[in-house]
Amino acid sequence: MNNVFVYLEIEDGTVAEVSLELLTKGRTLANQLGCKLEAIAAGAKLDTIEKQVFPYGADVIHVFKDKRLSPYTTLPHTSILVNLFKKEKPQICLMGATIIGRDLGPRVSSALGSGLTADCTSLEIGSHEEKKAGKVYENLLYQIRPAFGGNIVAWIINPDCRPQMATVREGVMKKEITDPNYKGEVVEHEVKNYVSPGDFVVSIIDRHLEKSKVNIKNSPIIVSGGYGVGSKENFQLLYDLANVLGAEVGASRAAVDAGFAEHERQIGQTGVTVRPKLYIACGISGQIQHIAGMQESSLIISINNDPGAPINTIADYVITGDIEKVIPKLIKYYKKNSK
Amino acid sequence: MTFNIIVLAKQVPDTRNVGKDAMKADGTVNRGALPAIFNPEDLNALEQALGIKDQYPGTKITVLTMGPARAAEILREGLFRGADDGVLLTDRAFAGADTLATSYALAMAVKKIGDFDIIISGRQAIDGDTAQVGPQVAEKLGIPQVTYAEAIESIDRKRARVKRRLENGVEVVESPLPLLVTVNGSARTCRPRNAKFLQKYKHAKTVTERQVENLDYIDLYSSRPYLNLTEWSVADVNADPVQCGLSGSPTKVKKIENVVFQAKESKRLTDDDTELEDLIKELIANHTIG
Ligand SMILES: Cc1cc2nc3c(=O)[nH]c(=O)nc-3n(C[C@H](O)[C@H](O)[C@H](O)COP(=O)(O)OP(=O)(O)OC[C@H]3O[C@@H](n4cnc5c(N)ncnc54)[C@H](O)[C@@H]3O)c2cc1C
Ligand SMILES: Nc1ncnc2c1ncn2[C@@H]1O[C@H](COP(=O)(O)O)[C@@H](O)[C@H]1O
Repeated sequence: MNNVFVYLEIEDGTVAEVSLELLTKGRTLANQLGCKLEAIAAGAKLDTIEKQVFPYGADVIHVFKDKRLSPYTTLPHTSILVNLFKKEKPQICLMGATIIGRDLGPRVSSALGSGLTADCTSLEIGSHEEKKAGKVYENLLYQIRPAFGGNIVAWIINPDCRPQMATVREGVMKKEITDPNYKGEVVEHEVKNYVSPGDFVVSIIDRHLEKSKVNIKNSPIIVSGGYGVGSKENFQLLYDLANVLGAEVGASRAAVDAGFAEHERQIGQTGVTVRPKLYIACGISGQIQHIAGMQESSLIISINNDPGAPINTIADYVITGDIEKVIPKLIKYYKKNSK
Repeated sequence: MTFNIIVLAKQVPDTRNVGKDAMKADGTVNRGALPAIFNPEDLNALEQALGIKDQYPGTKITVLTMGPARAAEILREGLFRGADDGVLLTDRAFAGADTLATSYALAMAVKKIGDFDIIISGRQAIDGDTAQVGPQVAEKLGIPQVTYAEAIESIDRKRARVKRRLENGVEVVESPLPLLVTVNGSARTCRPRNAKFLQKYKHAKTVTERQVENLDYIDLYSSRPYLNLTEWSVADVNADPVQCGLSGSPTKVKKIENVVFQAKESKRLTDDDTELEDLIKELIANHTIG
């Protein structure tokens, strides 16, 4: 009762990275609260789930095996969570801010009348005093996320409703194995007690998945461009630099919205979170939503013609100048001095 | 064959063009400095509805929005592009709503509209990027949802076939009606305003707008009923005031903080050749690159 729950996203028997990251975060929260960490696995081919999940510190896995639960569709997964939560009364439920999590989370929160905060960048436990009612709430989940066009961060709480639900993007939390030999309990549930035949009215006619070509998340060096790059053609400069450095190209949302770069390259709160060894920000002003996705880079270089660009405050090196001038020089001197 | 379609659309501050004057000196957001626009993905949603109407003339599209009095602009914008009707849900009691209270209010308004086959919303609104209201409205109405839609490929009296855009692929699903679909920005862009509709609806107003602007062309509004934009309050949609607005919102904002970045001691360089070459040498020497 009143434990921390993580919904596991599973594709073809493999638990998604984001779910493992959330288990790690969930473990920390459960330790702070002195409660258990529980995971929910619904789908088919779940034979290796325990092996995948227990090392991250899950105390209980709720397993729902049924071919009809995979691939994911909204209604049956909603019914499983809603009915399980009515019994288990979790205090916290975490999901990935993925297409699945953002389809399922709001539906479940609506059915339970509990609040949900999307795209959190940080989760903490703390107290809250409701001055007017003279009430103090202990051990609430602070759901922290940037809000409204930058510059502000909102701390959201759900004082009275349970579970406190939050979604988090992949890469925002760090995954870490608690103990490779950790063993929890497996609870297998009878699917028909949770799901009704009417939940299967939506059918998947066709499904094509392709592996993404871009892998910025794991690239040690990222050359990232913003609106200041000016055009899709100018982005070629960034590809040239990335090529010689063996780097990937990232982008700000303004650059993506302007069509300079593909959406998969977006870095930030609503894109990918990255922690490379070197991040070169070219023509990026550095709004909070962007910084949220790259501030943990080991070394940051900012190239910007505005010496007062906000990103400069978190940069290790600030190059004040036009990217059209600076980048070709960086390429030239790299070629000259390497090897 | 004709359909009744409800499009959920929201007026949002244009957070994509946040300038320096968007923040006031005291660190609060200066909403006045941001133009109010039709939420971009809600235009994609409207276009999907218009596509169905092209194919099945006689289909009726109602744009539903919740917001302050000026959100009626959204309704006119919808009419200019081919919608048939607009409903503004407005009441002080709706203020401060989080997504759950918003979806409750919208679902009550949908029930009042009554007869519908499909509800189409945007995937998410750019002021919060939560993407919650669509699925929550569907849940409140007890109907299926299809999110992240790129195209409503076909529709008949019983079901719709929808193409979804996933992170790493596409999925085509079929759902019975009534249904709620949330539409992605990757869907077809919305057609522009139509000159004929612009002419026809430019004086369309809500009651409040007519009062504020002191428009007393009573004749005009009684002889052309389509110029009366529907305006509903909490009571009009039989909503429980406790479930609306701030009191109906389980999430509360505990605090808002200005962002203080952990400022670093940065080294400042110019585009001077020697400085840049020294930087590259340093990065190579400490194995950051190369
Ligand atoms: C809910 C929400 C979520 C968001 N999520 C994200 C997200 O995930 N990722 C993200 O990046 N943004 C996100 N944003 C948008 C974010 O607030 C900013 O609008 C965006 O990051 C700005 O991008 P930019 O820095 O490229 O553009 P701008 O702010 O326009 O900055 C351009 C910069 O380029 C410089 N410049 C111009 N010309 C040159 C030149 N020739 N050479 C060198 N420098 C030059 C300028 O001085 C300026 O600093 C989000 C916003 C909201 C509201
Ligand atoms: N106040 C509102 N009025 C009408 N539609 C809304 C409102 N808020 C949200 N929506 C719809 O729900 C979608 C998702 O909104 P959000 O959950 O705020 O990201 C939007 O794209 C709109 O279609």
